[in-house]
Amino acid sequence: MAELLRTRALSAFYGDFQALFGIDFFIEEAQTVAIIGANGAGKSTFLKCLTGLLPCPKEAITWDGRAVGGNPAHRLVAEGIAMVPEGRRLFASLSVEENLVIGAHTRRHGPFTLERVYALFPALRERRRLAATALSGGQQQMVAIGRALMANPRLLICDELSLGLAPLVIAEIYEALAKITSEGMTSILVEQDVAAARAHSQRLYCFQEGRVALTGSSSETTMEQISLAYFGV
Amino acid sequence: MDLLGAADTIIQGVLLGSLYALFALGLSLMFGVMRLVNTAHGDLIILAGFCGVFLNQVFGVGPFTTMLAVVPLAFALGYVVQRTVLNRTLSRNPLPSLVVTFGISIVIQNLLLELFSADTRSLAAGGLEARSIEIVPGLAVGVLPVIVLAVALATSAGFQWLFGRTRLGRAFRATSDDGEAASLVGIDNHHVFALATALAIGVLGIAGIFQAMRTTISPTDGPAQLIYAFESVIIGGMGSFWGTFLGGLILGISQAIGFRVNPGWGILVGHLVFVAVLVVRPMGLFPKTAA
Repeated sequence: MAELLRTRALSAFYGDFQALFGIDFFIEEAQTVAIIGANGAGKSTFLKCLTGLLPCPKEAITWDGRAVGGNPAHRLVAEGIAMVPEGRRLFASLSVEENLVIGAHTRRHGPFTLERVYALFPALRERRRLAATALSGGQQQMVAIGRALMANPRLLICDELSLGLAPLVIAEIYEALAKITSEGMTSILVEQDVAAARAHSQRLYCFQEGRVALTGSSSETTMEQISLAYFGV
Repeated sequence: MDLLGAADTIIQGVLLGSLYALFALGLSLMFGVMRLVNTAHGDLIILAGFCGVFLNQVFGVGPFTTMLAVVPLAFALGYVVQRTVLNRTLSRNPLPSLVVTFGISIVIQNLLLELFSADTRSLAAGGLEARSIEIVPGLAVGVLPVIVLAVALATSAGFQWLFGRTRLGRAFRATSDDGEAASLVGIDNHHVFALATALAIGVLGIAGIFQAMRTTISPTDGPAQLIYAFESVIIGGMGSFWGTFLGGLILGISQAIGFRVNPGWGILVGHLVFVAVLVVRPMGLFPKTAA
């Protein structure tokens, strides 16, 4: 499989505070890669670099063979990198349907349309006129995923999909995600829920204090290795 | 006050207020999208008026023709100023943008003083400004104020439609809700902000010419116009352009009633109504309802 994205010795800073220390990461097309790690391990910071929300050196990130580090977020979306942000971040003054439609702001062509998203999440169709904030947490997460899909990305980044949701709802969300990735979508999953992360990915990275503590195949990595890398005892 | 006189006062107030509404729409748009209070707004009205006066004197074109040049110029000026200057002042702290727009206000006033002197100017509309239509015997409305009312109505409707129904309007609302999340769906916030300001100032291209036709303008008139625009926005309530339009009308009617009682009281009564609204309903009379 062709490599879609790679980071080389990616470091990131918030002012004087260094949050990432030389992350080496890659993902191939049609793969799902999980990133796990404790709070403050640098997972969200890493995603901020990938999506262009946090500045980083140009050569640190290669996308489809080109150096794109530090490109502004809106341009990376047009290149095909879409994110489901942590906490969903839906637009409060837009209806459910408008939240989905705005996902297609860059007018990228591809398989995902409003109809496809409604087919994937039927619960949203009957609620499309409501304010996005009037939905339940799980339905809001569906809107957030649908909004990212509407950009017709080549890479779908999901930040903490399970956060604050009931187990049944989480299962439903991951079922939908599995359907999307089985059709060839490349995806990065950031998860607190290690079991969910392992079950839905081919490879995983465990971050610890801004470094990669463990990487390998999701099915072959043992829980012991993960807990060691997770807590770094 | 007899019935005819009362009707006349209300009608004159509505006509006056529609000009204030035209001043206020851009202010409302800029605040709604960027939480930016443009204190140079009034001076930009006067600047547009003087552009009209200049074109009229140098090329001899009529006031409505000057709009064809002044509106695109104002639109471009708004885009460039937002993109190059005001975008840098936006942050959670409202002070930098206030200071910078206040500075722009002073620059415009002094520039106009330098170029046009302190004399008052006006745009002659070939007698249009003096023409009137008699509705019933003893009750007449000016043709120009009716045109202003029609333009203000059309602009309010246009802004409301743009904001609520179009791709750009969605981008305006999304950016206003959460700029970072907006950039994650591919919206270039800086470009969207610049378009908002371009539209806001573009409308002043019309409003400024109307002001110069309706009355006289002088380089230091801006701040007073800013106050009227600001009061219209506050009375109407933030976030709805029809609210801003009605806010302008209420301010205009209040002033007309004041003028009726005593020619020196008009502006004062307007301010008093504004203060009363602030005290009784700080969110404005027609705050944002669901889109």
